[in-house]
Amino acid sequence: MHDLIQYIESYLSSDRTPGAAGNFFWAFVYILLVFLGLSVAVIAMNWLERKILAHMQVRLGPMRVGPHGLLQPIADAIKLLLKEDIIPAEADATIFWIAPFIVVLAAFTVFVVVPFGPTHAITDMNIGILFMLGVSSLSVLGVVMAGWASNSHYPLIGALRSSAQMVSYEVAMGLAVVSAIMMTSLNAEGQGTLSMIGIVQAQQEQGIWFIFKFFPLGVIAFVIFAIAMVAETNRAPFDLPEAESELTAGFHTEYSGFRWSLFFLAEYSAMIAVSSIAVTLWLGGWLRPFPNALTGDTWNLVFSLVPGATFLFLAAMCFYSTVRMPKHPLFRIQTIGLAGFGVVLALIGLVMFLPLVRERVQDIFWFSAKVAGFMYLYIWYRGTFPRYRFDQLMKVGWKVLLPTGLALLIVTAFVEMRTQVWAEVIIPMWLGIVDLLRRIF
Amino acid sequence: MNTLLQIGTLHYIVLGAALFLLGVIGVLTRRNVIIVLMSIELILNAVNLNLVAFSRYWQSIHGPAALHGQVFAIFVITDAAAEAAIGLGILIAFFRNKETVNVDEVNLLKW
Amino acid sequence: MNPPVATPFFFYLLAGIMIVGGIAVITRKNAVHSALALITTLLAQAGLYLMLYAPFVAGVQIILYAGGIMVLFLFVIMLISIERTQKERQFNKQWIVGIAAAATLGVLLIGVYTTTSQGHTLFIEGRMSYAESQNTQSIATLLFDRFGGTYMFAFEIASLLLLVAIIGAVVMAKKRI
Repeated sequence: MHDLIQYIESYLSSDRTPGAAGNFFWAFVYILLVFLGLSVAVIAMNWLERKILAHMQVRLGPMRVGPHGLLQPIADAIKLLLKEDIIPAEADATIFWIAPFIVVLAAFTVFVVVPFGPTHAITDMNIGILFMLGVSSLSVLGVVMAGWASNSHYPLIGALRSSAQMVSYEVAMGLAVVSAIMMTSLNAEGQGTLSMIGIVQAQQEQGIWFIFKFFPLGVIAFVIFAIAMVAETNRAPFDLPEAESELTAGFHTEYSGFRWSLFFLAEYSAMIAVSSIAVTLWLGGWLRPFPNALTGDTWNLVFSLVPGATFLFLAAMCFYSTVRMPKHPLFRIQTIGLAGFGVVLALIGLVMFLPLVRERVQDIFWFSAKVAGFMYLYIWYRGTFPRYRFDQLMKVGWKVLLPTGLALLIVTAFVEMRTQVWAEVIIPMWLGIVDLLRRIF
Repeated sequence: MNTLLQIGTLHYIVLGAALFLLGVIGVLTRRNVIIVLMSIELILNAVNLNLVAFSRYWQSIHGPAALHGQVFAIFVITDAAAEAAIGLGILIAFFRNKETVNVDEVNLLKW
Repeated sequence: MNPPVATPFFFYLLAGIMIVGGIAVITRKNAVHSALALITTLLAQAGLYLMLYAPFVAGVQIILYAGGIMVLFLFVIMLISIERTQKERQFNKQWIVGIAAAATLGVLLIGVYTTTSQGHTLFIEGRMSYAESQNTQSIATLLFDRFGGTYMFAFEIASLLLLVAIIGAVVMAKKRI
């Protein structure tokens, strides 16, 4: 028993990810944890989206199913699982069946390299960010196949539009990502890195989050990526291909029940995945706010109390709404349920005040808090902006974001270079060009 | 049995040769032009596998930075992208004129 | 140094997927099924690249080949796919000569790999495993090094080639007005 505890301890405080250590069992445990966390996050996103959107539209949202609609996602899941599974008559059954799985595969495999902490990733590949961009571009294949296999024109047009949009905004995303990667090349060894953990460590060493680096350049890159990532995941205001009033739900029109829930799961996971990219590249990943400006033990202590305080605040809100519940005998179960939920949140908050848990949970909490901020932004965009028409969408992608991204790339490269000595770079470059010309002619 | 279990460069080369053979059969025997183009991609992939396997072998002799095979493989992938784009463009132009994707019916120059 | 894990199992699994995918590419009547099989082959090949300690090439393969070229193929198949092609025969008029030529090539390849000059294996693999934490940086050194890396000229020519390909594809595929 003592050996088991020691074994677990050795991996909780190890200095490498399970992938780097080559340890199958711990990699599997991490994969399960990430999968569970993702499922909980998608369920919470479902509830949050409906409630927040409703409150933005001055209405209440789901209130009946559980206290304040908290059990609504579970009711939705049960409904989707029990629905009849319909396949259109002339549809190609193999492809119809495979398409949702490809989209889910692409959306979930991305989380293999997402860093929740300096050693809290499933693995840390040398090409982390490249892997994430590449695998998330595999979801275009699933979309195209879903539209084509439905053998009906609305899904086909929706799929073509959706995939054209995703491919166009991937280019802008790639350019913004490259300019952020270039900023890592001023780290300790003098070489940049593509690995996700390496990027956050570069921000830590250089003492500045990349969104604030070289003042307007980091912010512009972040803004380009933030716009492109919303378009990449087919969310408002870029959701023409799947909005119900436009194309009757686009490429997933003919899907119902469990298969539709796979598309839905993949969409929210993709949102969380691209938000993780944005958080890692520009917002400092798992670093707490002001990691270098406000150092010292007291500030560390103050910031380490924030996770517990957040959960206690949520518990306080639960208790407040419990008190305001209607005092009718039919509401008794809901009131007790809400109070119980509040007690659970308060317990989690209290557990997070223990010193042993406090240090371990820091990185994961700050990372999740930043990603949660992005999720709120997604819901905010949906409630605020009108939809882009398809040609306006493509115009923004190709004529606005792409030239801005290219110009940003060139300017960032130039600014990055000016910190080196003129004689070390510019003159040898001219000598190299002269040499090249001499070799040709 | 040991040569089967201890994976060395030879295994990758044999796999590359098998894929190359499959690609050649596809190019020479299929009627649908798109599938012929996909078989060409299969051939290019087999070549890439060979290059990267040899790069690993070269790396074991000349040190960890001798990645010439991998760089060559990247160039081959870039080439394959360009060639696929142009090939499909030609195919679309051809289809617009003749309404068929059959290689057997491309016989206007026959005498 | 990361110790390789269960190498023969993964090699044979990925190799099996690739061979099955390759056979499916050349034998399916439906072009979309062929494209799907090719995507599976490409992804398995990316896995093999990872086993060969070439993560950058694996990443490029996933992004460009599986995520770019195959999307292009699927679009074109959807554009020009006609029902009639699925009901005709799928092998062309010269299939006998084709099979004979491929068989000759196969015999040649088998001949090369089984009759070796000395001893059992053709190439003796060095058993050292190199850290892949510097793979991208080493490739960048070969391509972009300060005084003109070894492959700088090829890189510039490749970008010119891509420009020519873009212009060519646009010209070939646009509608005649």
